Amino acid sequence: MTNQTILYPLHQEAHATFVDFAGWHMPLHYGSQIEEHLAVRKDAGMFDVSHMGVIDISGAQSKDLLLKVMANDINKLIKPGKALYTCMLNQGGGVLDDLIVYFLQPGLYRLVVNAACREKDFAWLQQQARDYNVNLVLHEKDLAIIAVQGPNAVVKFSQILANDIAEQVKALKKFTSLQYNNWQIARTGYTGEDGVEIILPYTDAVACWQNLLQQGISPIGLGARDTLRLEAGFNLYGNDMDEITTPLESNLAWTVAMEPANRDFIGRAALEAQLKTGLQRQLFAVQAADKAILRHGQIIYVADHQVGVVTSGSYSPSLQRGIGFMRVALPQNKDYFVDIRGVKHRLLMRNK
Amino acid sequence: MQHFPEELMYTITHEWAYKDEEKNIVTVGITDYAQEKLGEIVFVELPEVGLKIAAGDEVCVLESVKSAADVFSPLSGKIVAINEDLEDSPGLINSDPYQDGWLYKLELKDQVEYDELLDVHGYREHLAEEAEE
Repeated sequence: MTNQTILYPLHQEAHATFVDFAGWHMPLHYGSQIEEHLAVRKDAGMFDVSHMGVIDISGAQSKDLLLKVMANDINKLIKPGKALYTCMLNQGGGVLDDLIVYFLQPGLYRLVVNAACREKDFAWLQQQARDYNVNLVLHEKDLAIIAVQGPNAVVKFSQILANDIAEQVKALKKFTSLQYNNWQIARTGYTGEDGVEIILPYTDAVACWQNLLQQGISPIGLGARDTLRLEAGFNLYGNDMDEITTPLESNLAWTVAMEPANRDFIGRAALEAQLKTGLQRQLFAVQAADKAILRHGQIIYVADHQVGVVTSGSYSPSLQRGIGFMRVALPQNKDYFVDIRGVKHRLLMRNK
Repeated sequence: MQHFPEELMYTITHEWAYKDEEKNIVTVGITDYAQEKLGEIVFVELPEVGLKIAAGDEVCVLESVKSAADVFSPLSGKIVAINEDLEDSPGLINSDPYQDGWLYKLELKDQVEYDELLDVHGYREHLAEEAEE
């Protein structure tokens, strides 16, 4: 059974081409993926990402649970409204999911997780929560998520809001959110541009999307979402890291809080062991030096030796080059090549 | 609305071929259906002029934002021209698959091969069958 979001009929009206993604029938593009990509880079675009999972954690020990299950330190969330990007690990240090934790109010946190991981994450959290006084809720088709992204995104989005709240949204700092009626408005995103992500009740979603269309914000499909995140150097769960790779070998060490040393989070021992023996491989953002398009699964060479694989790849509309991520054996080399149909193409490192 | 010109011949792998009545030269491209299915084409790998090919050979690779796709030659013969405009403007295949978006021209080896390709009715039937599957 394929799921549809509340906005599905609007995507049909806009003649979207659909793709099945993690059990959801989602817009791939609305005509031109490249134009959609560039609209986000130059102006503003909006994505229906209501397929993502929303899990609310409440109760006296909700913070204690998150300190235990998240590789980043929830104590960094000092004030309500703050958000934190983190991985959730298994005992072996493998990445169960990457997600954002929003601190809504004392004793109430919200997780936004990958669509493909929602059930798995929820089951894992329930299992870990047995000894904690918490209440876990997995939202099931009652909340929509609309991401508005681009240099003009915040200004254009604010135009659909009442004056006082519009000013508050414009003043929102990066990685913070506010609550307005039943809407949660966060200055976050997955494109490398400024923008907001709005989590709102299904009952408000259609009107919100239509109002945003009237502000001249273009609808953007998942195709451009992928090329935008690749350019920005953001990992994609399932491609660039998974349950058998740790955050340390996924270019995500910056999201792991080893300090304070007495925070015993799940996966910590495995990461410490990995640090002690030394990392064997690492993830790097790369681009092709010539007209070669990187694709998931292509083999990476140094001279005649296979040293790794492309984990994500596509065409970058901004650079007009193939770009992606590769995971290769350490130590790092200078001269990487990707094999595409028997021809080796030089890769350049991207500083992401 | 996808468009399939009457005067072309087609393959079940969604290439088209058109033989100049005066000469023994056939122009080859991909159909409107194929370009739409592939999505925006951003890079094209064409064969070298002078290359001898057999029907069914993989002769071109089209890279779209989504994926890479092989083009199989509908016919045997020798490549006599390639569409060099595609180097800088691969999107011509999307915007004009039957004219400016042509891929290569070949000198036809065997007229029977050409005659045995699908005509537009045969191709439309094939598309309908594919849609049912």
